[in-house]
Amino acid sequence: MERLVFLLSTGLARGAVLALFALSLVIVYRAARAVNFAQAAMAVVPVYVALAVTSAGGSFWLGLAVALAVGALLGAVVERGLLRLVPQETPLPGIIVAVGLVMVLQAGLAMVFGPDHRPVHAPFSQRPFDVGGVSVLSPYDLFVLVVAAVVMGGLALLFSRTSLGLRLRAAAFAPETSRLLGVRVPRMVTLGWMLSSATAALAALLLVPTGLGLDPHAADVLFVNAFAAAVVGGLDSPVGALVAGLAVGVLVTLVTGYASAAAAPLAVLVLLTAVLLVRPHGLFATREARTA
Amino acid sequence: MTTTGSTADGPPRLEVAGLTVTFGGLTALDDVGFTVADGETVALIGPNGAGKTTVFNAVCGLVRTRRGEVRVGGEPAPPSATGLLRAGVSRTLQGLGLFDRLTVLENVLVPLSGTRLTGDHLAAAHEVLAALGLGAVAAVRAGALPYPERKRVALARALVTRPRLLLLDEPAGGLGAADIDQLARTVRTVADGGCAVLLVEHHVDFVTDVADRVVVLDLGRVIACGTPGEVRRDPAVEEAYLGVPAGEVRP
Repeated sequence: MERLVFLLSTGLARGAVLALFALSLVIVYRAARAVNFAQAAMAVVPVYVALAVTSAGGSFWLGLAVALAVGALLGAVVERGLLRLVPQETPLPGIIVAVGLVMVLQAGLAMVFGPDHRPVHAPFSQRPFDVGGVSVLSPYDLFVLVVAAVVMGGLALLFSRTSLGLRLRAAAFAPETSRLLGVRVPRMVTLGWMLSSATAALAALLLVPTGLGLDPHAADVLFVNAFAAAVVGGLDSPVGALVAGLAVGVLVTLVTGYASAAAAPLAVLVLLTAVLLVRPHGLFATREARTA
Repeated sequence: MTTTGSTADGPPRLEVAGLTVTFGGLTALDDVGFTVADGETVALIGPNGAGKTTVFNAVCGLVRTRRGEVRVGGEPAPPSATGLLRAGVSRTLQGLGLFDRLTVLENVLVPLSGTRLTGDHLAAAHEVLAALGLGAVAAVRAGALPYPERKRVALARALVTRPRLLLLDEPAGGLGAADIDQLARTVRTVADGGCAVLLVEHHVDFVTDVADRVVVLDLGRVIACGTPGEVRRDPAVEEAYLGVPAGEVRP
């Protein structure tokens, strides 16, 4: 029982990171109607920069702020300088360019920073609290949950309560109509990429202290699991990303804890297949959202 | 051919002169000209393919014009959607173009969202929704509404910017008699407020009801212009619609 409580609570914290990353994929999908297959490599770049800032004497918090800024900037550069130039009629050219970008970024990081794992220390203890003899979340897990909740709440407010959010949603749902109504759609697409990349950078930054450390491939598994979560959630549903992200996080942690880490990807694949068999558009997608 | 309204002092709200638009080898508009004065309602009618929607698109800068010009308030029409909004031009779309997943209120707020939304913006949106009988469904997703209400949402979205030139693309299409009556009252109220209204419409009774003047297009050319009564009696109009010279039609 103690083990189950510990795994469930840890799974929620891992799931929060997954949900953030899945949300980043949903944001860019809504803005550009494209899955960003370069998201993992793009998310690791700001983490390297943050680590450099922290190593150079800056605080963790300064590194965090720099990571968000670099993430947003990278999103804008990739969209404006690369993917906007790719033919948009079919998704394939964008996917090929994104895969190429992954290779360039990961090879570039390995050349500049080396291919080895670099240990990253968490800003808070990772020793779990002991509640009545049961190990539950660590202070760092709590920090992750709070940050994820704050960011998701902030994004929800941005999208639902501000004029910028309204323009972002309008441009995502019907770009041509939005343009006729005075919405600067290309600017909204760029902003979507910036928000997405900054969110993904944050997720990667929160992830690395709990894993083996930082290397150019540090977010690859995160991407695979988050992509599965985003698809399970419906690919264009922020609520779906949140729910499915938490569910996949708990699933992976439970399977890793009770079976083995090697079985976790299989479990995610089974979940993905099962959901798509029952609801081909995902759990929270509306049908027209995928054809708009 | 240019037809001119007689109600304007100073430049007309909309002035289309010598407008020619070609698509490849096809001449969609050929030397089309007309004006719409402040407070005036002008209907653009004609058989399918006459070029009515192309006129709208040319006014909105959506098609490249080969010759001629479009002036709004005496100035060349701005080429961008934001420029047109700033110049007081608003339009509805033939396919409504509603955001089905946004609420009615959000749909109406989109044209105002270029700046930070203030209480004044919200008040304007609620005011126009109430005026069109949509106050009770402000929080409903537009996609969930029946067609007549969706058309009113599209109209509300065009009116919320308080336009000085309103372009309505088939506003009565698909509506029943009661909804058309309400639409006619709305259009008259808008025009009485000083707004110039240009509408494309097939519904003859509606056009007769609301239009001060009617411009008839056929095969891209203006073939008649005048009051609804004058146009109805015009032999060229009858020929364009029925495909035979006037006088040869027998019941």
